[in-house]
Amino acid sequence: MLAHLPILQVIVPLMAAPACLLLRRPKLVWLFTLLASALAFIISILLLQQVMIAGTISYELGGWSPPWGIEYRVDKLNAFIAIIISGLSTLVLLASRTSIEKEISADKHTLFYILYLLSLTGMLGIVTTGDAFNVFVFLEISSLSAYSLIALGKDRRAIWSSFQYLIMGTIGATFILIAIGLMYQMTGTLNMADLATRLPEVAETRTVITAYAFFIVGVCLKLALFPLHLWLPNAYVYAPSIVTAFFAATSTKVAAYLLIRFTFSIFGLSFSFTTLPMGTLFLTLGLLGIFVASTVAIYQDNIKHVFAYSSVAQTGYMIVGFSMATTAGLSAMLLHMFNHALMAGALFLALAAVTYRVGATKISDFQGLGRQMPFTMAAIVIGGLSVIGVPLTAGFVSKWHLVVAAIGKDWWVVAGLLLLGSLLAVIYVWRIVETAYFKAPMTGKDSVEEAPMAFLFPIWILASANVYFGIDTRLSVETATAAAKGLFGVAP
Amino acid sequence: MTMILGLYNYWVVIVLMMIGFYMIIAHGNLIKKIVGLNIFQTSVFIFYISVGNIEGGSAPIWDESIILYSNPLPHVLILTAIVVGLATTALALALIVRLNEAYGSINEDEIQAMDNQDMVNHSLSNQHRDQEPC
Amino acid sequence: MLAGIYGLVSASFFVVMDAVDVAFTEASVGAGISTLLMLTTVAMTERTEREARHKPLLAFIVVFITGIFLLYGTFDMPYFGSVDAPSHNHVGPRYTLDSMNEIGIPNMVTSVLASYRGFDTFGEVTVIFTAGIGVLALLGVVRRPEDNSVIEAVNDSMHEQHLILRIIIKILIPFILLYAFYVQFHGDFGPGGGFQAGVIFAAGIILYSMLFGLNIALRVIKQPVVQLLSAIGVLMYGSVGVVSILNGGSFLEYAVLSDDPISGQHLGILLIELGVGLTVASVMIIIYFSFSGRSEYRQSKEGTSL
Repeated sequence: MLAHLPILQVIVPLMAAPACLLLRRPKLVWLFTLLASALAFIISILLLQQVMIAGTISYELGGWSPPWGIEYRVDKLNAFIAIIISGLSTLVLLASRTSIEKEISADKHTLFYILYLLSLTGMLGIVTTGDAFNVFVFLEISSLSAYSLIALGKDRRAIWSSFQYLIMGTIGATFILIAIGLMYQMTGTLNMADLATRLPEVAETRTVITAYAFFIVGVCLKLALFPLHLWLPNAYVYAPSIVTAFFAATSTKVAAYLLIRFTFSIFGLSFSFTTLPMGTLFLTLGLLGIFVASTVAIYQDNIKHVFAYSSVAQTGYMIVGFSMATTAGLSAMLLHMFNHALMAGALFLALAAVTYRVGATKISDFQGLGRQMPFTMAAIVIGGLSVIGVPLTAGFVSKWHLVVAAIGKDWWVVAGLLLLGSLLAVIYVWRIVETAYFKAPMTGKDSVEEAPMAFLFPIWILASANVYFGIDTRLSVETATAAAKGLFGVAP
Repeated sequence: MTMILGLYNYWVVIVLMMIGFYMIIAHGNLIKKIVGLNIFQTSVFIFYISVGNIEGGSAPIWDESIILYSNPLPHVLILTAIVVGLATTALALALIVRLNEAYGSINEDEIQAMDNQDMVNHSLSNQHRDQEPC
Repeated sequence: MLAGIYGLVSASFFVVMDAVDVAFTEASVGAGISTLLMLTTVAMTERTEREARHKPLLAFIVVFITGIFLLYGTFDMPYFGSVDAPSHNHVGPRYTLDSMNEIGIPNMVTSVLASYRGFDTFGEVTVIFTAGIGVLALLGVVRRPEDNSVIEAVNDSMHEQHLILRIIIKILIPFILLYAFYVQFHGDFGPGGGFQAGVIFAAGIILYSMLFGLNIALRVIKQPVVQLLSAIGVLMYGSVGVVSILNGGSFLEYAVLSDDPISGQHLGILLIELGVGLTVASVMIIIYFSFSGRSEYRQSKEGTSL
């Protein structure tokens, strides 16, 4: 069985999805989904262990050796990301049964779980595969399920947000398809490792440059990198709260993975950063993303909007790390992906709890919430501190590594700007803290109770993880650095 | 001259792609956007198939008498892509039906205007609420 | 209408390019199902477009830049149809030269689709399944028994008028369904296979439903059964892969399914194509029934007919 782990990682959620239709009662479906996700999580941990010992794993699907058959290729980078995705998926599922009771009509619950599993499948498939076209197929699985999940939101704006996301997402996916076609045309292969060997010969051709350009635009649409982030805030706000918690923690990480994988492992370092000015481009966009998004976040009335824009800003931080093209920068980026998953997961799950009890998440709904929902608010505070980057939180660790990496390249201005971004975060986090703890509850909202255990349990696991990984950084930092080093070793 | 002959096929495909792309962005009617999306995607399919074409080759179905076949790999990829395109179209059209029910319109500008109006109304009512004594 | 014509034109283009399987699929999917769904949506929403174009200048600039970039990229491409292109000289040759020996079926596209790159096709079936579930989630309505009598009255009066259509279609439908089965099983030898067969089968059912009304169609083809079948198709595909693992090979390695690798390939391809056909047919039916059901639901709410 161990030898088949790579494929099991994707098959378990994939086959669990239609199997849900065979089960009759929604409560059973929830349990089944939870088990499938937990199993995927265990598999991802085992995979990382295997990779750490034995190096990159290659699995031939259908018994056909690549490049004629499809290959699954797991190295430290994708094993790391797979753990993030499956882990967050399982934690979010713990609260999902309670959360969707109030947000989705009962006859759609089974369909919700099926779509959730399909979304998980899509993401894990993108991350584990070693074949470029396979990436496209699983990208579409994850996208289509995402559009459907978002449209399940109660407000009619959920449907509109989903449609806008569909248009932008499909354009992005089609751009990626064009890029894959161009790459195939110039090299004759679809296998990623094979592409890496064959692209350097044709790297200087205009076709390959065009291929790279289209791929980057397509991925950046999915990544919601400024200025292609327009679909994200509304999609996050109007989707069912539990869906937002799931996506905020996972979907942009997958797009970031694609960016890293194609830039470093396939197109190669020298092509991407020397032949093309990707370093400067990404640095600019990343910084713009941080400042514009953080500023917009300050003026938002709905707290979900605040943290949606905050997520766009965090992606900006990751891209700044990416633009450095050094091991230090890349491992800082990976570290921030991990830590942001923890932050966003905790924050949006807590917001889901608030929605469950209060019904909405406008800033005015938060008045006095500190006393009425102490545990939930405390989790939001910890998450907020992590976003700012206060020492002892996970957010601090990744910001620290980013600043250090910037200084390592003598980018003093950039380091300063990164710190400035944190100040903006202080403003929007403080607004929430002040309203929750220092204002009295509005009339008519006196009867708000603390969130049920179904929420509190995963929220607090994630909030504690934020603190734990802020103090004991060995595990996260070592894995991130090992993954980054592995990429630099492979790139030509 | 040979360059033009060798490449014009791709140029035509690109023109088609851009027509589709333009329709997606510029048209306000949602169904037209989806038509544009379809045109955009189909032209990508035509591109892939062109890549696979070999002059003098025949369809990739084995027969003793044929020596040269066209490359089957792009065909496989496009079969998959066609299905994916259909799946996206079906979902998009379902969304349009729901949008029509919820907003009474399938025009992007009108829907956006309704949302903006909602936000304005919302913040106005909030202002009134904040001014009331607690 | 134009969408249908466009689909047929691209299908003919594909035939000219020797891509017969693709032409077949594009004809049934692009010119068939796609057009059908668009017409249904138009019928359910608005017939005419309001004159409101927004930001054409910005759109034009974006499109122009993208187009120029693509054109720029063509200049280093290998010429159209050239035999020396990298795309034909690396991975391609094995499929054309060796697939007959390794897998033993004449249709090379099916060999690649179902065996060499069988996992992509598994993903594709899952995409279809996802779309079906998504449309169900968006448009599915719980049909209450008391609504049926009102709708039935409307339907019955409408369908009395189309006598010629009813007779002809009643004769045609069995042939359509039979043709679907033919395409399903003949896909190894000629253009065809699970997808095309599934779409054609669904088209037959949809034709029946369009003419005789959704209610009668639903009595024959029950919703829960169709949903179950769509799930079973995907599971069937996956199970072939799992059985391969249990027999000592890797996922979807058909060679280990029987003593002789070639017959193992045949068995594997047969089973997975069945899974594909099952899911595709079921999902197309689910999608059509969802659209149609929603349309009737809205009519009964508004109290108007089409």
